[in-house]
Amino acid sequence: MPELRYIDAIRRALQEEMENDESIVILGEDVTLGGPFGATTGLADKFGVTRVRNTPISEGAVMGMAVGASLVGLRPIVEIMFVDFITLAMDQLVNHAAKLHYMSGGQLRVPLTVRVQGGISGGYGAHHSQSLEAWFLHVPGLKVVAPATASDAAGLLKSAIRDDNPVLFLEHRALYWTGGEVGEVIEPIIFGRAAIRRAGTDATVVAVSRMVPAALEAAERLEESGTSIEVIDPRTLAPLDLDTILESVRRTGRLVVAHEAVTVGGIGGEIAAQVQEVAFADLTGPVLRVGAPFAPVASSPVLEKLFAPGVDAIVDAVQRSLAFSRDGAPA
Amino acid sequence: MTSIGAAEDRALLDLLERMWLIRAFEEKVSDLYARGHISGLLHLGIGQEGSAVGACSILRDDDYVLGSHRAHAHALAKGADPERLMAELAGRSTGYCAGKGGSMHLVALECGFVTATGVVAGSIPLGLGTALAGQQAGMGQVTVVFFGDGAGQAGPFHESLNLASLWKLPLVFLCENNGYAEFTPLSAHTNIERLTHYADTYQIPSTTVEGNDVLAVQAATEQAVELARSGGGPSFIEALTHRPRGHYEGDQAKYRELSEREEWKEKDPIARFEMYLEQQNVLSEDASEARTIEADVRQRIEAVAEAALDAPWPAPESLTSQVLAS
Ligand SMILES: Cc1ncc(C[n+]2csc(CCOP(=O)(O)OP(=O)(O)O)c2C)c(N)n1
Repeated sequence: MPELRYIDAIRRALQEEMENDESIVILGEDVTLGGPFGATTGLADKFGVTRVRNTPISEGAVMGMAVGASLVGLRPIVEIMFVDFITLAMDQLVNHAAKLHYMSGGQLRVPLTVRVQGGISGGYGAHHSQSLEAWFLHVPGLKVVAPATASDAAGLLKSAIRDDNPVLFLEHRALYWTGGEVGEVIEPIIFGRAAIRRAGTDATVVAVSRMVPAALEAAERLEESGTSIEVIDPRTLAPLDLDTILESVRRTGRLVVAHEAVTVGGIGGEIAAQVQEVAFADLTGPVLRVGAPFAPVASSPVLEKLFAPGVDAIVDAVQRSLAFSRDGAPA
Repeated sequence: MTSIGAAEDRALLDLLERMWLIRAFEEKVSDLYARGHISGLLHLGIGQEGSAVGACSILRDDDYVLGSHRAHAHALAKGADPERLMAELAGRSTGYCAGKGGSMHLVALECGFVTATGVVAGSIPLGLGTALAGQQAGMGQVTVVFFGDGAGQAGPFHESLNLASLWKLPLVFLCENNGYAEFTPLSAHTNIERLTHYADTYQIPSTTVEGNDVLAVQAATEQAVELARSGGGPSFIEALTHRPRGHYEGDQAKYRELSEREEWKEKDPIARFEMYLEQQNVLSEDASEARTIEADVRQRIEAVAEAALDAPWPAPESLTSQVLAS
């Protein structure tokens, strides 16, 4: 299979979908010029500037425009340059996009895709490094997708675009230039189906976005000391494939959830809650979370490095998890 | 032509020195970034020194300034210490923000530089707030908020113009119109030709000036500040300028015509001001005083950079300190 970089896989999915569906339009800052990372490079040349529109720095109005257009026949893809700036479009996304189908008794549909990139890399500081996915999981009516591989980025983006609901598509900047195998034909990936990235027996690690490659590296390291972990990539956070996680936890008895977002109020807590509600008896110890400390992202490279959870934190959490036993005695 | 007078001469040379200080600082930042000593997303103000220096030159120490994402010049013009600023960019504990802020989040409160922002138009409403506080305090304090032309299309910008006008806030909106927002020319963002038209709509007095003419910006700001101090409310200054470099360090700026760059070389705010000073006999014909100023600030900035890179990194415990005020 050919190798594609994550960002090129995104571009290919955008292009193929636009070829197949005339109602798709892209709206965003600098998108006619590819944007700062090149996700849309060449699309304006191919599809014209009525379908690939360079917008002013007006996130609120642009999001609202996309929502409005989606109600009456277009299938807009909005690009917000950094997830941090989605705050400026929250009203349209949370109060309108997410609720219009419901509030209209099903009359309205919002086939909208919001592409954003985020996460930590490069010392960009507190306004250009956040992971905000948990905010959106809390809003009924939104779907939230977080691909970790090039192939998933392409396949999930196709599904996002074809979905009749608003989908928040979270790309991780640090993954943009990572390569991965992508099929000759990109098939849409059905939402709500987690991928088991590595099979294992001693503990389950649910890893989100950039934590997936980190968890796989942690698995290699743990294997050296004889520990076998199963790595699950949920791929979509809403809907969440709880069944795959539960099935794994029932085998391993131990669960660690890893994400780059701040731990407090992150999705690790939600997954832990859902798992213990139905599988308490199967757990040999508490569900542990790996995430960022409770602070904004500092710009200094040394603080940024300390802030970002990674392989070490996952290894540590797995080892702590394994140290528990039900009767309180060391395992 | 005779020289303008010793005190005036000194004031003019101070403006020149301040612009050179910023130029030397920014060029050093660029150099340190290229050599991997500074990381982050850096938007330099090279070529735009005229507006920052012109506007800040007539402010009081207790006036407030807020900057955009391209704010090194704004902070330095308001009097920030280059060494603490450089240390901040280098992520060191001796930086103004102890390494937590970085280029887009500079704060130098001691000199009235309240904050920069990584969010386009993000500091404009904050400027309303410092202006409101200044108004309430009744000491005649004024706020100047800097932003780019790209911010002119943001909702918070328009809401702020209206509120500042409505409540007669002592605020100077200073738009540094460099013609581009990232890779896109202003004409692709709005049909409004002059950003001052926005101000007109909200009945805010406005003027468009040559932003690379430090004296023109100074004069316009002086008028605006006088109005604000005397309770007359906000003003809007559109300073036409140019960004000769890419949007951020590393941006090759391929989207711009080369000819455009040539045209602006002649309008460089420093070269232009030196020429003016020669004509006014403030500088001698060979501009040797200017070369001395330049050499001195470059030497100073070398020392600043060295000190910044020698400074200690932040302690690990600082990562989670100061999330809340205690
Ligand atoms: C709300 C928001 N949207 C998008 C961005 C990304 N961005 C950073 S700078 C910039 C262009 C700003 O242009 P302008 O205001 O003219 O300032 P200049 O860079 O020219 O100084 C954009 C779009 C951002 N930082 N904040």
